[in-house]
Amino acid sequence: MINLNEVVETNMMIEKENLDVRTITLGISLLDCMSESVDTLCRKIYDKIAYTARDLVRTGNEIERDYAIKVVNKRISVTPIGIVGASSCRSAEDYVRVAQTLDRVAGEVGVNFIGGFSALPVKGMSEAERLLIMSIPEALRSTGRVCSSVALGSTKIGINMDAVALMGSIIRRSAELTADQDSIACSKLVVFCNAPDDNPFMAGAFHGVTETDAVINVGVSGPGVIKHAVETVKDGDFGVLAETIKRTAFKITRLGQLVAQEASRRMGIPFGIVDLSLAPTPAIGDSISDIIEAMGIESTGAPGTTAALALLNDQVKKGGIMASSYVGGLSGAFIPVSEDQGMIDAVNRGSLSIEKLEAMTCICSVGLDMIAIPGSTPSSTISGIIADEMAIGMVNQKTTAVRVIPVIGKDVGDTAHFGGLLGYAPIMPVSRFSSERFISRGGRIPAPVHSFRN
Amino acid sequence: MHKSILTVVGKDQVGIIAKVCSYLADSNVNILDISQTIVDGFFNMMMIVDTNKAAKEFSLLSSELEELGGRIGCIVKLQREEIFESMQRI
Repeated sequence: MINLNEVVETNMMIEKENLDVRTITLGISLLDCMSESVDTLCRKIYDKIAYTARDLVRTGNEIERDYAIKVVNKRISVTPIGIVGASSCRSAEDYVRVAQTLDRVAGEVGVNFIGGFSALPVKGMSEAERLLIMSIPEALRSTGRVCSSVALGSTKIGINMDAVALMGSIIRRSAELTADQDSIACSKLVVFCNAPDDNPFMAGAFHGVTETDAVINVGVSGPGVIKHAVETVKDGDFGVLAETIKRTAFKITRLGQLVAQEASRRMGIPFGIVDLSLAPTPAIGDSISDIIEAMGIESTGAPGTTAALALLNDQVKKGGIMASSYVGGLSGAFIPVSEDQGMIDAVNRGSLSIEKLEAMTCICSVGLDMIAIPGSTPSSTISGIIADEMAIGMVNQKTTAVRVIPVIGKDVGDTAHFGGLLGYAPIMPVSRFSSERFISRGGRIPAPVHSFRN
Repeated sequence: MHKSILTVVGKDQVGIIAKVCSYLADSNVNILDISQTIVDGFFNMMMIVDTNKAAKEFSLLSSELEELGGRIGCIVKLQREEIFESMQRI
């Protein structure tokens, strides 16, 4: 039988170390909503989501009550709209209408974000996908809950550099349209290499075409719990450190597994995966950077940081995989800047640069995340940053992503404020040397060789 | 049986157990096990209870216990047992 110490330990994690369930994300297929007219498409999308997600928020709240654990977000991901709208949307404006429909129904069912305003031009871009991408700036400006993602490359296919070039300017345009809110639209827009079909986390969540009609995916959090565990083995060697993280990750993930199964059972919707990602928040102590520093790095970004993150990421997976029957999504440690107070401090101290963050993305999920850059950054430089990150993902057979925010009207030394879970971020300097000639070449970078791996 | 875990954490004082137990009795909740200890100077009690035949919904029990906690200066929490089973057992 459960004993008092075990109960106290679990409740300490919840109360003092910010353990929570970050998101229950309901994936909904919209393939059966495809239609020849935009009006019908929007009506079908609204009806299907409103019906399928009718119990999502209530179920999340009941689980919170029964286990006294916070379920921070209830969210929805849908089939990439670039596919769903292909037969009816004839202009970017048509796609904006679909985005506004998604926003309305998300509000109706009470979720704070809905992901899947997405296109997958990994190899080539269809006309429908081009229109969707062109509509992104206005779609994100005129909605509050819609999140957009674009897949630009994969290990098997290579990188669509035409799409990379286009996304540089789309990110800039999204920033310009929301210049009065510190370019917040860019915090809801992410580009991927090796995008997963079952990611529950925003802004990159979409319900892949390999998925069933509806599915429950859960993302757990718990950087604070890992940090506390690391602090208890201050003098341990790396074996002890690794073992401690692994054991803790096991417990955290079991919570995710329980919540996912319960949500699935109560809603009568199949359980998909648990995403093992450690997701930080701006709350004090809920930080990936703090874990790295607890391991013995003076300030995140100092030499040793990448190794520390590699150890953390791998042990989280080892513990988590045993704890859950199905693991998926992004599953690693997120290193967003604006959503992690420790990362913000490291940037302000001068120990963490965009180049070091890029190195860290080689071994963690996901990529350059929530990084504010000067508003004057040219779109070709943004495309260059994207191309580098896509290349890391392509060659290392991992998911990588870019979510940078060129904050219009602000420069290095200023701070951008996004509010809530999105936090705030100091503007980080980017290289002043141009990528223009490279990006303007056009075409694709071919897939890498899959042997001779060094 | 639907087992739940009730925890009471707070400053030690006379009558904590009595008040919690009489509330449970009034609500027809059966106590299966009680243990208590002092952690960092705080009174820590755990009860394993059976809420199956309870006169009230789980959510009502849980919110009334929370209020009761407020009156006796303790944090009282009622949670379904599965959360501990799944986190602490392989």
